[in-house]
Amino acid sequence: MAEKVIYAMYDDDDVLKDGAKLLVAKGVKVSEVFSPFPIHGIDPIIGVKQTRLGIVAFLFAITGTLLATYGMRFFMITDWPMNIGGKPNGTYLDNMLAFVPITFEFTVLCAAHGMAITYLLRNKILPGMPAQNPDPRTTDDKFVIELRQSENSQFSEDELLSMLKQTGIIEIDQKEIN
Amino acid sequence: MHKEAAIREPLILGHKSYHDVTEDVCKSIEDNAPRMWYILFGIALIIGLYGVGCIAYLLGTGIGVWGLNKTVGWAWDITNFVWWVGIGHAGTLISAVLLLFRQKWRMAINRSAEAMTIFAVFMAGTFPLIHMGRLWVGYWTMPLPNQFGSLWVNFNSPLLWDVFAISTYLSVSLVFWYIGLIPDFATIRDRAKRPIPKRMYSMLAFGWSGRAKNWNRFELVSLVLAGVATPLVFSVHSIVSFDFATSVIPGWHTTIFPPYFVAGAVFSGFAMVQTLMLVMRKAMGLEAYIHVRHVEYMNIVIMVTGSIVGVAYLTELFVSWYSGVEYEQYAFINRATGPYWWAYWSMMTCNVISPQLMWIRSLRRSLVFTFIISIVVNIGMWFERYVIIVTSLHRDYLPSSWTMHFPSHIDLGVYVGTIGLFFVFFLLFARFFPVLALNEVKTILKSSGESYKNAPSHGHDNHGHSDHGHIEDNTNSNNQ
Repeated sequence: MAEKVIYAMYDDDDVLKDGAKLLVAKGVKVSEVFSPFPIHGIDPIIGVKQTRLGIVAFLFAITGTLLATYGMRFFMITDWPMNIGGKPNGTYLDNMLAFVPITFEFTVLCAAHGMAITYLLRNKILPGMPAQNPDPRTTDDKFVIELRQSENSQFSEDELLSMLKQTGIIEIDQKEIN
Repeated sequence: MHKEAAIREPLILGHKSYHDVTEDVCKSIEDNAPRMWYILFGIALIIGLYGVGCIAYLLGTGIGVWGLNKTVGWAWDITNFVWWVGIGHAGTLISAVLLLFRQKWRMAINRSAEAMTIFAVFMAGTFPLIHMGRLWVGYWTMPLPNQFGSLWVNFNSPLLWDVFAISTYLSVSLVFWYIGLIPDFATIRDRAKRPIPKRMYSMLAFGWSGRAKNWNRFELVSLVLAGVATPLVFSVHSIVSFDFATSVIPGWHTTIFPPYFVAGAVFSGFAMVQTLMLVMRKAMGLEAYIHVRHVEYMNIVIMVTGSIVGVAYLTELFVSWYSGVEYEQYAFINRATGPYWWAYWSMMTCNVISPQLMWIRSLRRSLVFTFIISIVVNIGMWFERYVIIVTSLHRDYLPSSWTMHFPSHIDLGVYVGTIGLFFVFFLLFARFFPVLALNEVKTILKSSGESYKNAPSHGHDNHGHSDHGHIEDNTNSNNQ
């Protein structure tokens, strides 16, 4: 079903932030903001929740720690115990200090790559994905607020447009998207 | 909005708007390359190919083509390896450590410093790989199940720790760098007019659209990656120093090595960043973004780390005397007065004396002086590794086997070749990639841009501030 979407363009991040605040105070739902760089403080205004990628990174990190510990215990203690100059490795704990550097490196490796891959997947950004910003200028110096008619059914289209016009916009555009 | 003290020099000079930032950075990508670029690229490519030829000859003939002998079994290869890894420490330090310290001046230099890091680590990795002689069995350094019963790699060995440290460092730096590049590639994609560049940058930009949620995630990912990359930077060169410190060779067997190597790495890395940045800002017209304030800050880092290195040299000398171990004492007397005295004193002059000149404000703010010192420092740091490695080995426990190390022309060719290849990569980067983190620079335009700072009536300072996972815009940070 086609949906009516309004794109309002600003040329300043602070003007957009004030505009969004004004709209939200009137009960308008701002469905998206497109910007060339992070606008600090916009997230709580338009109701974007803080990401949980940090937790993901932590989970990948402990996975790395455990894998490295388990691996080195298997390689050096269980499968092929080494006896270097009459000093057998014996137990994992006897030899643990020598395993610290690789445990650390592998933890970082898993945390960084796990988080980066999750980040790409969650953002749906991968090689070959089409760009979805409504205007090419939003990656340069313009900022766009997206309003969806379906999410703001208590307002008519004209009401939304007139409210937007009070917020210092420079351009307005309406589209029907599927 | 975070306000900077008016007394501070702005980070971005001139009256720039957001659009100007985009224009200034994209200009060199969209315009045709200047003739100078082709000349430099050609020279670098020829030198690089000569190095590749030397490597091919080495692999075809064997490690005997290097100037190694029975006494000096480690020389140029490991010297060059440590030198390149050291240089590769600045980029991640700038982008990760300085991000955690909320140093905004990093934004103008982090992208190219990190590119420099990645290319330097490529060059560093070449040496351990080719010194195997049989490059094609390089995968034996990985713990893979095999037919030898399964014989595993030795996890007690610092050389294996190095394999993990360097490969982790390289791949994490690459990821960190690329995640920052994605939004900037999107900017270039949206500006591209010709179809082929448009397609290329569309691929590289991964379909980035700049949604609020994307930026929210972007900031957290940058912060967490910086958090994990910071201990990584320090661990990598510590582990490189373990290659020596865990041995029993007098002159290597010292506990001061890890901090001393890390300081030396940052020292030489920043010097390389200065060398490249000073040329790049001029050649690409980025004087408004990378200027005296940035150069001065980097010089201060060079001065501090150079002083740490100087103190470490003196501590080593003192401890060798204080230890009462005659072999240890001889190793250091031999360094300073033996046949390699010239290498030792070049190292001392370049690394201990030259950074102390940075205490003088006019010198550390002079671009010409900085450029000269940055090259002097890297020469000194190369000698440092050569001194540590070769002078400790060439006179071993048995005087009848005392000898000298003379590099062969293949030694020289491989080393010079890596410098050529490094510049090939860096020039390609400067031509096709955004050399400035342009979207990050835009975030500091209002707080540190000259036109905004000098116009207090610009009415954007009364906005409510909520600290919600911000990286940069923190009212409590007064570190600028």
